[in-house]
Amino acid sequence: MRSGGDGRRSVAIALLSTVVFVVIVAVAITHAPGWPEVRSEFFDWGQFKASFPEVARAFKLNVKIFCIAEVFILAFALLLAVLRSLPGPVFFPLRALAIIYADFFRGVPTILVIAMLGFGAPALGLSYLPRSVIFWGIVSLVLIYSAYVSEVYRAGIESIHPSQEAAARSLGLSRAQTLRRVILPQAVRRVIPPLLNDFIGLQKDTALVSTVGAIEAFNQSQIDTAATFNFTAYLSAAVLFIAITIPLARFTDWLVARDRRKRQAGALT
Amino acid sequence: MSEALVVERLHKSFGKHEVLKGIDLEVGEHQVVALIGASGSGKSTLLRCINLLEPINAGRVFLAGEDITRPRNVNAVRRRIGIVFQSFNLFPHMSVLRNVTLAPREVLGLSRREADERALTLLERFGLADKRDAYPDRLSGGQQQRVAIVRALAMRPELMLFDEVTSALDPELVAEVLEVIRELAAGGMTMILATHEMSFARDIADRVCFLDDGTILEQGTPADIFTSPREARTQQFLQRIVEARRL
Repeated sequence: MRSGGDGRRSVAIALLSTVVFVVIVAVAITHAPGWPEVRSEFFDWGQFKASFPEVARAFKLNVKIFCIAEVFILAFALLLAVLRSLPGPVFFPLRALAIIYADFFRGVPTILVIAMLGFGAPALGLSYLPRSVIFWGIVSLVLIYSAYVSEVYRAGIESIHPSQEAAARSLGLSRAQTLRRVILPQAVRRVIPPLLNDFIGLQKDTALVSTVGAIEAFNQSQIDTAATFNFTAYLSAAVLFIAITIPLARFTDWLVARDRRKRQAGALT
Repeated sequence: MSEALVVERLHKSFGKHEVLKGIDLEVGEHQVVALIGASGSGKSTLLRCINLLEPINAGRVFLAGEDITRPRNVNAVRRRIGIVFQSFNLFPHMSVLRNVTLAPREVLGLSRREADERALTLLERFGLADKRDAYPDRLSGGQQQRVAIVRALAMRPELMLFDEVTSALDPELVAEVLEVIRELAAGGMTMILATHEMSFARDIADRVCFLDDGTILEQGTPADIFTSPREARTQQFLQRIVEARRL
């Protein structure tokens, strides 16, 4: 049995070991021979204050990119996963296409796709295609991330026991109704944590759109760095990314816990 | 008496393994037929074939005189036949009420109010009204299986199939589920039940079929089968059941 005293004791031990660890790391870093230089180049408070507003303004573009991209990724990846789960020989071409797609876009480096679409698509000179590098950056991220996310969805779909489908079909539900009402709601709930994991990856990869010239947070901090010969602007960008990703991770944990509580609510007699 | 269900020379194989080797079965309206036999004799497969959950290799199935062997619309056939599984198979992401109303709303196109009314009447009848908002994870096995029966009944099926519905239950929870089936029989529901509960089968069934190695080896009234079985295999099977104190 675990008493209250034991609980307090383990909290105290955790706290103490954390403090010891942090102190050791801090001492090791601050006693390094190059520390004074690193401190003034990367951790300059004055530079931080000076660069932060502009980097934050540029970061809005990152937010815009990943918000728009995520909406399309979640929808497109779900479509891919559903295509891949279609049974029977009739649907073989669709299944094959979905598999080839996932293999291809998981295999190609993100930065290459962004470069090819960002530089190549506008160069085609087709008047009906947008020329904005931001547009093509978003398209690239959607293409790449949909491949990963479709695999996440697929794992979720396959984790639902076939007896669930049997139960739904036996009641007269069609295959589509079964998918929509019974399989997908359970599958998506199960994969929320890995979906969020990919969403965080996407947020960070928005910085890659800088390679084709979009002035987002990373590019802005590079500009600042080049102007001041001081790298603290990177720290501003890092702080902004973390300020978004960490609360999102905690929010997902909360969502998952709430769903579990809900399912186990109600009287047990 | 008109036949609710007729099965003719039904064959079913999984790969090279033939599970059902020519089943003939007739079930009259309001009749209760019990399928008994060892595990692997084909009881569950037969029920799944009748409900079109498994495609059959040969033979024909008639529901109320209508050939349903290869129907144009399987969903339209399935909604007329209810099935309850050994492992309940409730939808864990839905409350009891939503489990019961899903198919009436999606398949029959009932409004939410109509479906709720129909579901609550049934839940009330089987003593589950206070569980309407509970999720399946928080119900006992017996309660879950009763909800599964109610879920099937909400479609107002012509025929109910019970696939060893008490086999996954703790012994003390078996009675409440059997009680529900007994009530349905009393109400005139046409039913086929695959079961290991021999005393219950003897009690409730109009006819008992002994399945052995994919065929119906012997069938008759409970009195015939349980007290004077003709076939040696049936005698052997029942002997083993008696030795296991299940009869």
